[in-house]
Amino acid sequence: MSRVHVTCTVNGDETEFLCDGGQTLLNALRDELGLTGAKEGCGTGDCGSCSVIIDGRLTCSCLVLAPEAQGAAVLTVEGLASGDDLHPLQQSFLEGAALQCGVCTPGILMAAAALLDRNPDPTETEVRYGLAGNLCRCTGYDKIVRSVLAAADSQRTTSQRTNTEETA
Amino acid sequence: MLAPMKYAAPATVEEARALLAADGGARVFAGATDLIPQIRAGRPEPSMMIDLKRIDRLSGIARAGSTWTIGAATPTADIVAHAGFAAEFPGLAEASGLIGSDQIQNRCTWGGNLVNASPAADTPPALIVNDAKAVIASAGGERTVAAAEVATGPGATCLGADEIIVEFTLASPPPRTADAYLRLIPRTEMDIAVVGAAARVTLAPDGAVTAAAVALGAVAPTVVRVPDAEAALIGGPLTDDALEAVAQAASAACRPIDDKRGTVAYRRRVAGVLARRAVAIAADRAAADQRGASS
Repeated sequence: MSRVHVTCTVNGDETEFLCDGGQTLLNALRDELGLTGAKEGCGTGDCGSCSVIIDGRLTCSCLVLAPEAQGAAVLTVEGLASGDDLHPLQQSFLEGAALQCGVCTPGILMAAAALLDRNPDPTETEVRYGLAGNLCRCTGYDKIVRSVLAAADSQRTTSQRTNTEETA
Repeated sequence: MLAPMKYAAPATVEEARALLAADGGARVFAGATDLIPQIRAGRPEPSMMIDLKRIDRLSGIARAGSTWTIGAATPTADIVAHAGFAAEFPGLAEASGLIGSDQIQNRCTWGGNLVNASPAADTPPALIVNDAKAVIASAGGERTVAAAEVATGPGATCLGADEIIVEFTLASPPPRTADAYLRLIPRTEMDIAVVGAAARVTLAPDGAVTAAAVALGAVAPTVVRVPDAEAALIGGPLTDDALEAVAQAASAACRPIDDKRGTVAYRRRVAGVLARRAVAIAADRAAADQRGASS
């Protein structure tokens, strides 16, 4: 059967790939594009380890068919850092030891990034609800939640400083 | 897995219906949050997946006069975030915001929730107390069906093989009217209802109930309306006795099953408790509703 040709933006780069009609986006990211950050945990949308952001929406890529990405902007964990500069969430996860085995981490980082994008100053409860779609079997979540709150703090401080500098 | 399927993304309802009519193995989808897990669990693979999200009419939330129209493929996240809609239908927004995670709500839809026809689905009870209508594209044009009539049993609907739900319509509630939805699950997120209860109440200026609707999910093969609860409310003030009658009528209306989420006896008991609380919340909201107030 002929494969489907998909053109989209992945982490800011124009990208094209061939896929089968029934192939998931997760599968295409990993096997066609070599972006193995997103993981398949459950394959049914329960664990969140495949989370990516499609056109600004946090989504389980295991529940998205690859051809649906036609024309879309897809952001994966590989696109979170700017060159060698880690995203504030990545930095705070390292400093806060918010991971052990790391399988859930790419999905949790994407869910946290989507949350902070929508709500730069979340309460602990809001963080916990925002990450409800992501399972972690190692950490007990506490260090993850604290690290997301710390990243939110540091992002707000940085943007305040930038604003002040621009005003000055 | 999933490999032999074809994918189509039609731009119009007619195109989608033609694809569906031409291929008995084809399935339409929007979020696929139920469909893909079902395929992975061993349901027969569709020969073609027809993506409805590229059809303009199927996505969006609009109000014209006193009628709201919500595209059947609109993600529930958009419905929850729509302040104007959520102000008029707080309970329906609550039900829409309880499905799965943020990841799921960015994909899942009322149309899918209704045609998946799970007895435990969250939005159908809330759609039903608000008398939502489903506009269905058929071979002969379109037909309109009450949301309550769409599911006919677990996994079964009134839709013909080549029919598609296009949109939902809802009338703006009259003044001093509000809805509420409550769900019991063993945790706070990411589970399926043990019991769901939706209520909608209209109050007269003196506090008497002039209209009421109560519907329960997860306690029967399809959503159960509770006319005895509605009758117990209408015509009087919202007294403790009236609320107790609501609870008893709701428990009596259940035809639940025993499963890992709860026993028959537990579901009956919880259905009464949730129905009573949902009615009380809806009535509080209705009393606070300032729309149409004379002052």
